[in-house]
Amino acid sequence: MKFFNFHLMPYADVDLDAIKKNGTAWISFSNSNFDPLKGAKLYNRYLDELEYSDQLGFDGVVVNEHHQTAYGLMPVPAVLAGALSRSVKKGKIGVLGRALPLVNNPLTIAEEYAILDTITEGRLIAGFVRGIGAEYHSMGINPAHSKDRFNEAHDLIIRAWTEPGPFEFVGKHYHFKYVNPWPLPYQKPHPPIWVPSQGSKDTIEWAARMKYTYCQTLSPIKSVAKVFDGYRAAAEKFGYIASPDQLAWSMSMFIAETDEKAREMAKPHIEALVNQLLSIPIQMLLPPGYTSPESLKKIAESGVVGHHKTIDNLIEEGVVIIGSPETAREKLEEFSELAGFGNILVKTQFGTMLTEMARENIEAIAREILPKFQN
Amino acid sequence: MRRKGAGKTLVFLHGAGGGSSWLPFMETLSHSYDVIVPEHPGYGASSDPDWLERVEDLAYFYLDFLKAFDLTDVHLMGLSLGGWIAAELAIRDTSCLASLILVDAAGNFVEGAESVDIFLITPEERFRAIYYDQGLALSEMKRLMTPENADTAVKNNFTTAKLAWQPRAYNPSMLKWLKRIELPTLVIWGANDRAFGPEYADSYQALIPGAEKVIIPECGHVPNVEKPEEFIAAVNDFIGRVAT
Repeated sequence: MKFFNFHLMPYADVDLDAIKKNGTAWISFSNSNFDPLKGAKLYNRYLDELEYSDQLGFDGVVVNEHHQTAYGLMPVPAVLAGALSRSVKKGKIGVLGRALPLVNNPLTIAEEYAILDTITEGRLIAGFVRGIGAEYHSMGINPAHSKDRFNEAHDLIIRAWTEPGPFEFVGKHYHFKYVNPWPLPYQKPHPPIWVPSQGSKDTIEWAARMKYTYCQTLSPIKSVAKVFDGYRAAAEKFGYIASPDQLAWSMSMFIAETDEKAREMAKPHIEALVNQLLSIPIQMLLPPGYTSPESLKKIAESGVVGHHKTIDNLIEEGVVIIGSPETAREKLEEFSELAGFGNILVKTQFGTMLTEMARENIEAIAREILPKFQN
Repeated sequence: MRRKGAGKTLVFLHGAGGGSSWLPFMETLSHSYDVIVPEHPGYGASSDPDWLERVEDLAYFYLDFLKAFDLTDVHLMGLSLGGWIAAELAIRDTSCLASLILVDAAGNFVEGAESVDIFLITPEERFRAIYYDQGLALSEMKRLMTPENADTAVKNNFTTAKLAWQPRAYNPSMLKWLKRIELPTLVIWGANDRAFGPEYADSYQALIPGAEKVIIPECGHVPNVEKPEEFIAAVNDFIGRVAT
């Protein structure tokens, strides 16, 4: 199994009561709550944490992309990946990001990724996402065009990387007279592509067909297993057996000496992440057109959005692994048997967690978990 | 499409909420006019055709519609999104029209004027934003937010997003051509419209040569529902004066 330290880079100094009062940490939560002096400390400590996990033997580090929110401070993830590209010496650098439909010229993404891949001599993992619904509010992109724009932007970027330029790209949303980016990616034919999703059937099938690594995020382990089964079934339909390398589980892990201590220490931070930083009203999360009317109706009826969760819920459902080293090893063994993933994206820092605690957690995972599970 | 009454032809283009039901103000108008209420493609029971990408497409659709039903001397009335369609239609071709009535119409943009983001609020907040009378807002919400209407509401919302998400509910290139409309035009507006504040009425009046304006006090975004008597009086007065 490969271990990645996945950072969300939250605004950890956030006033949780201010989020509660506003109802969400997204879009409408005023950036007057952001203090650049604190921001400077946060960015630097987060980059330090990612570099530290590289030094301690993680297989890679991962950043992502969200806009106009205290949930994560990486609206332009390539800047963070660029900062890491010279300091992360061994591991891969994953960007999960970029949200293709949010840009009006996806060639800039082809360029960003090619630069990162070249500087790191082929250690980039290129994420392709649609972005969550909230981004369509904050970036002013029509959610009804999201899927079309994603598909076109994907085709454009892949062709830009694999076909000699210059050539003309003709699409409905994107039309470029000249496609001829310099540089080209270091890896051939192009960097590995990862596709994170919340379990949309179309996305799973598409990723399986393209042999892209599929990444399931923030879900109970039973749903993760079901989704991964769906990927494996789709792969079979497309005539091959999916390898565990094609599946990534994104989760949070925290390890302390005992289960009780780990729970006690992690509780405020994981609950701040799930109940405050992640709290998004449904009309913000799922703007019309972002999902099909059928699935929008299903989600609205199921009431899955916006449920308050405790750390006990999250542990019980296997959304996270929090406990003693022994418990963590047992759970990971059990979950990996159940869901069959070859990559695990571990949020070692989450919510309001301070850096000392995050670094101890990185050390504990490197010491207690990696040796048993890493290939 | 619904059609009732006799007399001069009045075509009503509905707003983003859809046009699935025959409302009391339509019934009253049908006592004086031949009232035609089509439902836009992409709304309610209508199909969602591939050609439907922007409001201009609906303008051309309705020009063809008028032709297909051989409608002439039409008094074209549009509410909100329907007003936007009507204005787009009129800048292209007025040959079938006798007059234009814009009711709290979308399509325009006035910097600084009140304009709630209907996509970022809850259904209840949306009803509250649409009506001045909050009691009416809640009773309309009760009447309209039923399980039977849920599918239609999702579909209507989807089409509205497709047409109006960005730029939000207006077409910058339409505004410069509103001056082409050589047609008796009435702008009717709720004084307390929070979707498009009354500055929008001023702007439409200023952009369409010779346009008249009626502002209905203590009234929100849908005067035809909230203040039907004042609304119909304004319509009758206008059509009575301009009709040949």
